[in-house]
Amino acid sequence: MTKLEYPRIGETMYHEVLENGLNIFVSPKPDYGKSYAFFATNYGGMDMRFELDGCRHDTPAGVAHFLEHKMFDTKDGNALQDLAANGASPNAFTSNAITGYYFESTEKFEENLRVLLSFVSVPWFTKESVDKEQGIIAQEIRMIEDNPDWRVFMNMMAGLYKNHPVRTSVAGTVESISHITADTLYACHKAFYDPANMVLCVAGNVDAQQVCRIAREILGPQSGLEVKRDYGEEEPACAAQSRVEVNMEVSTPIFQIAYKGDPVPEGPDTLRAQLLGELAMEALAGHSSPLYARLYEQGLVNSEFVCGCELYPGCLFLYAGGESRDPDAVAQLLKEEAEQIARVGIDEELWVRLKKAAYGSRVRALNSFENICVGQAQSFFSGADALTFPEAFDSIQRQDAQRLIADWVTDQRTTISVVRPKEGAK
Amino acid sequence: MNSVIQTQLMPGVQLTAVHTRKFKSSYFGVAMLVPLEKEHAAQHALLPMVLRRGSADHPDMQSVAAALDDLYGGAVEPLVTKKGETQCIGFTASFLDDAYALAGEDILTPAARLLGELLLHPYTEMGVFSQEYVRGERSNLIDRIRSAMNDKRQYSMLRLGQEMCAYEAFGVSKYGDESRAAAITPESLWERYQTLLSTARIELFYCGSAQPERVQKALMDAFADLPVNEQRLLPDCEIRITAPEQPNVVEESLDVTQGKLAMGFRTGGLSVWDEEYPALMLLNAVFGGTSMSKLFMNVRERLSLCYFASSGLEKMKGLMLVSSGIEFDKYQQARDEILAQLEACRRGEITPDELEGARRIVINSLHTTLDSQSRMADYWLGQAAADLTETPEQLAQRLEQVTAEQIAHVARSVCLDTVYFLKGKEEMG
Repeated sequence: MTKLEYPRIGETMYHEVLENGLNIFVSPKPDYGKSYAFFATNYGGMDMRFELDGCRHDTPAGVAHFLEHKMFDTKDGNALQDLAANGASPNAFTSNAITGYYFESTEKFEENLRVLLSFVSVPWFTKESVDKEQGIIAQEIRMIEDNPDWRVFMNMMAGLYKNHPVRTSVAGTVESISHITADTLYACHKAFYDPANMVLCVAGNVDAQQVCRIAREILGPQSGLEVKRDYGEEEPACAAQSRVEVNMEVSTPIFQIAYKGDPVPEGPDTLRAQLLGELAMEALAGHSSPLYARLYEQGLVNSEFVCGCELYPGCLFLYAGGESRDPDAVAQLLKEEAEQIARVGIDEELWVRLKKAAYGSRVRALNSFENICVGQAQSFFSGADALTFPEAFDSIQRQDAQRLIADWVTDQRTTISVVRPKEGAK
Repeated sequence: MNSVIQTQLMPGVQLTAVHTRKFKSSYFGVAMLVPLEKEHAAQHALLPMVLRRGSADHPDMQSVAAALDDLYGGAVEPLVTKKGETQCIGFTASFLDDAYALAGEDILTPAARLLGELLLHPYTEMGVFSQEYVRGERSNLIDRIRSAMNDKRQYSMLRLGQEMCAYEAFGVSKYGDESRAAAITPESLWERYQTLLSTARIELFYCGSAQPERVQKALMDAFADLPVNEQRLLPDCEIRITAPEQPNVVEESLDVTQGKLAMGFRTGGLSVWDEEYPALMLLNAVFGGTSMSKLFMNVRERLSLCYFASSGLEKMKGLMLVSSGIEFDKYQQARDEILAQLEACRRGEITPDELEGARRIVINSLHTTLDSQSRMADYWLGQAAADLTETPEQLAQRLEQVTAEQIAHVARSVCLDTVYFLKGKEEMG
């Protein structure tokens, strides 16, 4: 076991790799009452096509999410109830790139950890349970389809990407999930729920050695199967569509504007790329930027306005969005500000403040065990170490952000997605 | 490990300070506690948003943002919430804890000063709030009131509250209503602000590594300009005991694909002040408050009648509110099943597993309150609004004693008052 120390931010992390390839990270927090465990696989909504044992699989959209729902079923019942009965709050999520299962508890941590590790590693699906889940997930899909924030985001992704599967909804559609069978689920579980493709992150008042002992005890000695992922044809540098617009039951138009960036290959640079993307957007339109003040004062955006940078294997984009009576005016002002920055650069004083603020916000975010564990898992899967952010910040210069804005915030790389109120709505 | 100290900084101005080293941030709350009422709710909600725009020393958003950046990306957010029939308005704020400042500088004192400045020394023009700030934030507030319909789950709960408590203050939305918001002027808001400064009960909260004496001094200095008034009164909360004999049923149509069924129950007057309150908390947990509750296990899992079904308490007001998402044609079935599950609670059909599971979840949730600064701030604000001083640990101890029979007993006093059903437009005959 290796002890990793991060003195600048007062964090310590223990790291171990088991014989079966599972990576374990433990962040000791002796002052807390609660403990948190996060068990994740490097498998998400975008991993629909893959090759396993020489056999090609083309699975329906929504399988990873469907699998996440069904993993809680065990031969003897349901793990959700087992954990809840111990007072733990369990849950799970599926994103484009990963699926994670977690619980938080204040007592019986080791028992809960055993339950978590075993239900995620032992699949148990029947035709009846898969059929029943189709009803539940169809309801969930209908619910998110009514959600304008989700629609505006999905339309933006579809507008930005031509081929990359990140453009597909993680939950799939009512139609796509109807093709999922128990066999599909078993195949995907076999391919992606191998310990060598997974990571366990724990934070709390726990003993790191004991965590590793339990993981060894519960998880088998599976050997890493070779899975080849297929994200489709190479993605062009420009946006697939410049605009996607729909009408829904909303009161004010909501919008997302995205700028397609160049993807960063797996490795330590992914963390730097993420921070650089975030800083560039903060300089362009963040809450202390001159542009945000103008947008706000003109009543073009409100405090819901957010901007940032998202990064997945094979794709990276900058975004800004929120509510606005005139999304196109916001897009135009963003474009003009980017041109201005490309010409004259970012104000030095603003840049120093932004970095200081970004550092402080990242440190504050470590109050949350979820942030620590999910951040650690995500950065591990992408080849970086989340807790080295102070060093990554040191390496980012003002000119880097300026160049990024000049190169990426351009017409060809831009998509605007808008959800407008229906005609005649209040 | 957490020590909680409550002190009166001046009459009607209380500080709750939690001293702990376990967080990376220091957390502040500044709240004025005022009666929730139709007439003034929108003005009250607008106030922190206008105050957040600028102070005498930091007159616009950019200079406030720069000051916050200099304090390592501190965050100050307007607070508008309701606790029972008390509207709480002010700010919450989070700053990097002094321990992590790169040059060892003091963050607490300037942070407290900035909060005091924002609340007490706003940017003014001709003796009142800036015309432009009021216009801008008024329009944001109206957008926010209208956007309540965007999230249909929240919207159905908002509508349930409005219908059920149409003649009680609780029915007033925490943001007020659109027409009263639209009528606010810089002058009328200024006048209201002056009244609140001198009459509202004020609650300050701090959680972080600083010693309580240092915190008291910093906040005392920051809020020294508050007018002294011995009569800063705590607002009341009306509790109706009985529900109508036939529940009031309200149906509405919007263009949605999933229906929302919301049901409001009266607890027969039981509320946070009663000895039986812990039993009511566990009733809610057993009935619909957790992922092993009767509603989750039966209405969702066993019968697949809905995607979600859960219940929650309005502890000061004596209400239990059920929220569910259903297919339009499952309305009657889902409603019957939800009531059947309550009936089972009344008959005392609560297994030891259900009881202990619910108890552990509620108790753990109280314990983990101590692991989150924002949850502690919200807990202590709720206690202040209810004029209670019980700690989460003390409440957890009372929960240990509750029996299934006590839960059944409180369930028998729970009565359906109002049903709100949001359905799709195709359904309209």
